[in-house]
Amino acid sequence: MAKVLVVTSGKGGVGKTTSTAALGAALAQSGASVVVIDFDVGLRNLDLVMGAERRVVFDLINVVHGVAKLQQALIRDKRLENLWLLPASQTRDKDALTDEGVGRIIAELRTKFDWILCDSPAGIERGAMLAMRYADEAVIVTNPEVSSVRDSDRIIGMLDSKTVKAERGERVAKHVLITRYDPARAARGEMLSIDDILEILATPLLGIIPESQDVLRASNVGCPVTLNNVTSAPARAYVDAARRLMGETVDMTVPAERRGLMNRLLGRRAA
Amino acid sequence: MTMNLLRLFRGRNASAGVARERLQILLAHERGLRGQPDLLATLREEILAVVSKHIQLDPEKVTVRLDRGPVVSTLEVDIEVPNNFEQTSARAVRRAAAG
Repeated sequence: MAKVLVVTSGKGGVGKTTSTAALGAALAQSGASVVVIDFDVGLRNLDLVMGAERRVVFDLINVVHGVAKLQQALIRDKRLENLWLLPASQTRDKDALTDEGVGRIIAELRTKFDWILCDSPAGIERGAMLAMRYADEAVIVTNPEVSSVRDSDRIIGMLDSKTVKAERGERVAKHVLITRYDPARAARGEMLSIDDILEILATPLLGIIPESQDVLRASNVGCPVTLNNVTSAPARAYVDAARRLMGETVDMTVPAERRGLMNRLLGRRAA
Repeated sequence: MTMNLLRLFRGRNASAGVARERLQILLAHERGLRGQPDLLATLREEILAVVSKHIQLDPEKVTVRLDRGPVVSTLEVDIEVPNNFEQTSARAVRRAAAG
């Protein structure tokens, strides 16, 4: 049965788009058919992070308005044949999305894919509301930083009240994904620890993505980090998170960078 | 006190404990407000309705503020009334008597 997963956070810049691309690719690599949808109308970026920016012809809003068929707007990934992208519009404003239109598209996608990942825009406005509206599950991307944790808490409140599931008296399964985590700084008490964040948000943990240069390197070349450098620490952390989404039990560890001998001798920090 | 001790042990840069404490206090407060209609707007509306029964008011001249203090909070209601205000109900009574 298809699952609709929203990747959300409230706060901007915490790694929603990176995480959507990375999780989408990891799920697709395991054999599932996956579509990632960019809900950030006017500020689309999932196409860029996925390396499909030059192949966008039609977008989500064109499909909502009946200008294009779903099949015309879906872009197949060049690396994985069962990974697809539905881009956002770059020119229209966010009001062009309608609740009914999004509902119709999600219902159609449910018949074609195993996983439908909705990349939410930042904020708590219309775009963010519609991205979470039809979700069965939610990944709340959180940085170990006060403003991000506060916004995550707000978003958790919205997932429990504004989604179709919540209105039916059901629950959206929520998972916290901690990104840009630096275990050394947390150990020194300079950064909120995983336990601090989980205690405050009272939501189960999906994974811990360590702060890493590999994330920027992957987005520079337009490739999900899970496909760009599969042995890198963030890639391994995202693959573990994707396996947990599929119901597997995977030990919760923070994958470490593999530092070269010279770096180690010079005491250089990897991230 | 706990925080000071923690800082002593972990060095000056150990600010995570402060972050956790601040978040816990803030979110406990914000979760309480969630889902409720705007308290101040409701208070303002109802206070305006009650006072307007007796005195004609300019709705713009009614301000309601809540100042949160460490121990107690104060609710400040500021209503500006013109010096020659009309007593709504008294006038109505007089009119009724004349009629």
